[in-house]
Amino acid sequence: MTLTSKYLFAFFVFALSAQSAAASELTGSVSLEGSLFFHGAQYAGQNDHDASIALNCEYYQEFATGSSFTAAPFIRLDRYDSQRTHADLRELNYLHLADDWEMKIGISKVFWGATEFVHLIDIINQTDLVEDINGEEKLGQPMLHLSLSRVWGVLDGFILPFFRERTFPGRKGRLRFPLIVDTDKAVYESGAAEYHTDFALRYSQTIGDLDFGLSQFIGTTREPTLLKKTNSSGDDVLSPFYPQIKQTGLDLQLVAGNWLWKGEALYRHGQGHDFSAATFGFEYTFYNIFGSSTDLGLLGEYISDGRDGELQTPYDNDMMSGLRWTLNDVDGSELLAGLARDINSSSMLFSLEGSRRFGERIKLKINAVFFQKMPEKDPFFALQNDDFIKIEAIFYF
Amino acid sequence: MKIFLLIIVNIVLSCISCFADNAADRGLEIAVEADRRASGYGDFTAQMQMILRNRKGRESHRQIEVSGMETADDGDLSLTLFNTPRDIKGTALLTHAHKTEDDDQWLYLPALKRVKRISSRNKSGAFMGSEFSYEDLGSREIEKYTYKYMGEENLNNMQCFVIELSPNDKKNSGYSRIISWLDRKEYRTWKEEYYDKKNRLLKTLTLTDYKLYIQTIWRAHTMKMANHQNGKETDLIWSNFTFRTGLSENDFNKNSLKRAK
Repeated sequence: MTLTSKYLFAFFVFALSAQSAAASELTGSVSLEGSLFFHGAQYAGQNDHDASIALNCEYYQEFATGSSFTAAPFIRLDRYDSQRTHADLRELNYLHLADDWEMKIGISKVFWGATEFVHLIDIINQTDLVEDINGEEKLGQPMLHLSLSRVWGVLDGFILPFFRERTFPGRKGRLRFPLIVDTDKAVYESGAAEYHTDFALRYSQTIGDLDFGLSQFIGTTREPTLLKKTNSSGDDVLSPFYPQIKQTGLDLQLVAGNWLWKGEALYRHGQGHDFSAATFGFEYTFYNIFGSSTDLGLLGEYISDGRDGELQTPYDNDMMSGLRWTLNDVDGSELLAGLARDINSSSMLFSLEGSRRFGERIKLKINAVFFQKMPEKDPFFALQNDDFIKIEAIFYF
Repeated sequence: MKIFLLIIVNIVLSCISCFADNAADRGLEIAVEADRRASGYGDFTAQMQMILRNRKGRESHRQIEVSGMETADDGDLSLTLFNTPRDIKGTALLTHAHKTEDDDQWLYLPALKRVKRISSRNKSGAFMGSEFSYEDLGSREIEKYTYKYMGEENLNNMQCFVIELSPNDKKNSGYSRIISWLDRKEYRTWKEEYYDKKNRLLKTLTLTDYKLYIQTIWRAHTMKMANHQNGKETDLIWSNFTFRTGLSENDFNKNSLKRAK
């Protein structure tokens, strides 16, 4: 442990021991998942189907002062992919509540952003990529988070004393590159490696119909640059390289009647050439269509990303469109269809997500993803045979 | 003779309009008095059980926590937190109501730890698949309706005012009009009828189990909404009302939305 981590840990223990308990609860879910791939495996070791089980738990304890303690462990067992079999502490934190400020110490999760398809500026937590390729599943991040909420806006400050490496599928996993990403071979620009202390600051405010945030991050990049190397047994592998970056981010949400306008932009220094990226779009909802309580939302977004060299993104110049169908029924039935199309290469990614509840404690989710006309230079080219359908049954307790 | 007829017509017409004005004034007067009596609660917290019943009588339950606060010169602030069904546990809705403009609303999605600004135009949309719409549950600001006094009627052995409310936001409201029964003594609402855009009776709301808090505030503990067009019903059973708990505006911002549990 570095000195920062030691101080934070000591403070965490002290803060907890000084509290008297008011109420506590334990909740969670067990998820059974089965996936089926429509095409034969492209790389050695892969299978055409997969099965997996995951457990999410959350213990929450609230104190008489309103402050609270949260512990949320997660574990997944995957039938084939040893890298997808993993455990994580999604949360383990103490939240201290005062009148116009709050402080969280421990492992937690923070989301920054506004758009629906690509989350450009969300940088506090590392992506748990083996969970889902949409990048929305995150690993728990150790932090000291101070938030001041005043008339002039909200100011969030973060000290991040430990870095989490991105997860990647193993040899037997689908949705991977031809070469395995060897996570044991991670290389850092900083001599402190994963113990480098990162800092972040975000100012956000609501003015009438506009919500916006301006953020600055200084520290270890969350997106590794993947470099080709040879491992000890002589196999070619990809080695993740995590340089030190400075990133400025902006996010906007504007409501205008039935229209929601959303945008995100970033400027990054320190990883290849300096580059900027922006994504923006809208969501328009038709309420109570066909004289029923059904809502139909139309989504349209565009992304332009200026990164080049070894740091790659499948979303460099893409149009995204989507249909969100919400039944507003007792079972909470929903369907989301999304299409991302590369303007330069005309490659396409089509995704369909549906979910509904059965009774009060069971939820069924279906997700299908198709990769179409992927050109060789697209990072998703490696996934061209990985069209899949995934069915998930979640039992809540 | 023609002039005489014209005068008569004029008198009749002005009487009708003065009667209409009286009905509008009287209706507004009752609504303002009811609002005055319901105001001054400061802030409150409560629990709400929502029971959804379909045509066949199959029931589905939701557990919801609600807190609210009055502001000095604008609409109320409120925070609604869902405890069940479990898959949406922790989902919370923050509303800053306004007297005349659209309300501001934010939705917190706990799985992603994400706060989304949402459009409050969806007034007629079903709240959580229930027979209550967002406008039924939202803060009913005086300025959002036009009123008409309809007379008095005896309801459940109580002498009641009957008033008609017409939403000013005709485009986004789900109703052409609402008829409301309030008792003369305490100005509590006991029944409401909702008419759809085609002026057909859509729903009836019945409110019972009124209890008095902090000597001045009456709150109904049972609200039954029956939809006459689809045969479904939703009951709201309120409990654990606590008033003047010392909540502040800091309990109704995006930070408090994120930490609501």
